Amino acid sequence: MSLLEIHGVSKAFGGIRALDACSLTVEQGSITGLIGPNGSGKTTLFNVITGYERPDAGVVTFNGADITQATPSRIFGLGLGRTFQLVRIFPRLTVMENMHIAVQRSGIRALLSRWSAPHERARASELLDFVGLTHLADAPAENLSYGQKKLLEFAMILIAEPKVMLLDEPAGGVNPTLAAQLTERIKTLNQRGITFLVVEHNMQFVMSLCDKVAVMHRGTLLTEGDPQQIRGNPAVLEAYLGD
Amino acid sequence: MDRSLKLNPRLITFGWPLILLVAAVSFPLVFPNAAVDNVAILTLIFASLATSWNIFAGYTGYNALGHTVYFGFGAYTMALISVNQQLPGGFGLFLLVPVAGVVAALCAVPLGWISLRTRGHAFVVITLIAVFIFQLLAFNLRGITLGSTGIFLPAPGFALDWYFLPYYYVQLAILVLALLISWYIRSSRYGLWLLAIRDDEDRAEGLGVRTGAGKLSAFVISAFFTGMIGAMYAYFIGSIYPQYVFDPALSITLVLMAFLGGVGTLSGPVVGALILEIAQQYFSLNAQTGYYQIFLGALFLIIMLLLPRGIVRSLFRLWSAWRIRRGAGGSPVAPERPEQPERPAVAVERG
Repeated sequence: MSLLEIHGVSKAFGGIRALDACSLTVEQGSITGLIGPNGSGKTTLFNVITGYERPDAGVVTFNGADITQATPSRIFGLGLGRTFQLVRIFPRLTVMENMHIAVQRSGIRALLSRWSAPHERARASELLDFVGLTHLADAPAENLSYGQKKLLEFAMILIAEPKVMLLDEPAGGVNPTLAAQLTERIKTLNQRGITFLVVEHNMQFVMSLCDKVAVMHRGTLLTEGDPQQIRGNPAVLEAYLGD
Repeated sequence: MDRSLKLNPRLITFGWPLILLVAAVSFPLVFPNAAVDNVAILTLIFASLATSWNIFAGYTGYNALGHTVYFGFGAYTMALISVNQQLPGGFGLFLLVPVAGVVAALCAVPLGWISLRTRGHAFVVITLIAVFIFQLLAFNLRGITLGSTGIFLPAPGFALDWYFLPYYYVQLAILVLALLISWYIRSSRYGLWLLAIRDDEDRAEGLGVRTGAGKLSAFVISAFFTGMIGAMYAYFIGSIYPQYVFDPALSITLVLMAFLGGVGTLSGPVVGALILEIAQQYFSLNAQTGYYQIFLGALFLIIMLLLPRGIVRSLFRLWSAWRIRRGAGGSPVAPERPEQPERPAVAVERG
């Protein structure tokens, strides 16, 4: 059994079939790349997996549980975190406050106690250090640069200790140095047991990071394999360049 | 670092509210004048209304224009129970105030559940429409509300030279309670969730925040206080009519007060109510009533154009800028939330 399984998922917006019987499996401990031309349905697939869109048909299972109809908040609670293509943080809260949103607490009493407990703050500081944002902890998040916001969004999800992270174009709009650092951090986290599913257009980034690559085209899975196979596959080239 | 003026952050955080509380408590004793204290009570009523509105709307960013509905529910609960049960006036009637709050809160559960399925402009419109619906119901359900005849509440029977004191102190207690709850929510994880909903609700949902329950509970807490204040208003004025307790202009006035002082800050709504209510009383005493409407409209434009974040935040920004100029150090960016209890209002010293 794979950690994340997508079976025959379809989703139409009006007449546009964004996903057409798409199936994909993500193995425990892997870094799976998801590539494909613009409009091939990658972000819609992410939205379906994380509960932001309900599919018209198909099933999504995570860790054996059916999450097809679950809400985003429940899916996140099961250990499936995601970042957005255009970074989404809480602009008017400080960086440190942003870090505390996803800290899981259960029960009314825990919810009504102070927003930051000492052990939570320590963990948040540790993660801010991991992404290099410690010096900005008390700044409003809206003052951060685009790249810094991406790092913050990444750290915000890490604090909930997800089992799988879905990254939507993590290297988009980020300078090459930062992208290289990001690669290193994803690899470190992967060694600690986090599984990744990464949508990315930067091929160098995908090839250096992923151990499996899946290609989407017109809402369905075109092919999958290790990076070398994908690089040499004529069907992939055709999907990108047209026939 | 030597500085002549060194303020302890704790003193700022806890000292000012204490001084203001002492001033508020002694006010009617220093000015035992019925006319002055009537204005003071109305000001407290509006300050409490703006504060309760802020608990929901200020923190979650949902601009509700329908809080008059809960004000009206509270007022009618107070009037109907006291008249139908033929309760005598006096201190005992103040016990109905929390009952009115509970009734308003219970009504807010289904109404909030429905209106919170919408966002943005649709939410503003739906909440405003609710005011008109309930005003019409209050006019037309004559069997219950007596319609436009209105309801007269039992006379309190307090002595003429101190009759305003009980209203003043009960209303002050409600305001202090609302402020304490507001402060407590703001410093809790629950409050952080509400602020996250304000900034990006879908993102918050995807980070495990139970946005539906969070919004609805804040809405109900807010309605509870609004209902209590409606009951206080009914008892203080002594009579209620549909057009005055389900008055759309009331909703708009209290929202304007919150915006003037600073939406989402703790003290902003109180500051806004102090300024606007006193201005309104001044205009109604010294000029024709029409001028106040013009003043209100002009003020609304000025606030939106020049002080969209309200007086409290703007003053705080000026103050931090002044401190930085004085070389007192400080954070490189003015904090958005000056009254966050864990981050004192005084800029943190660095180096």
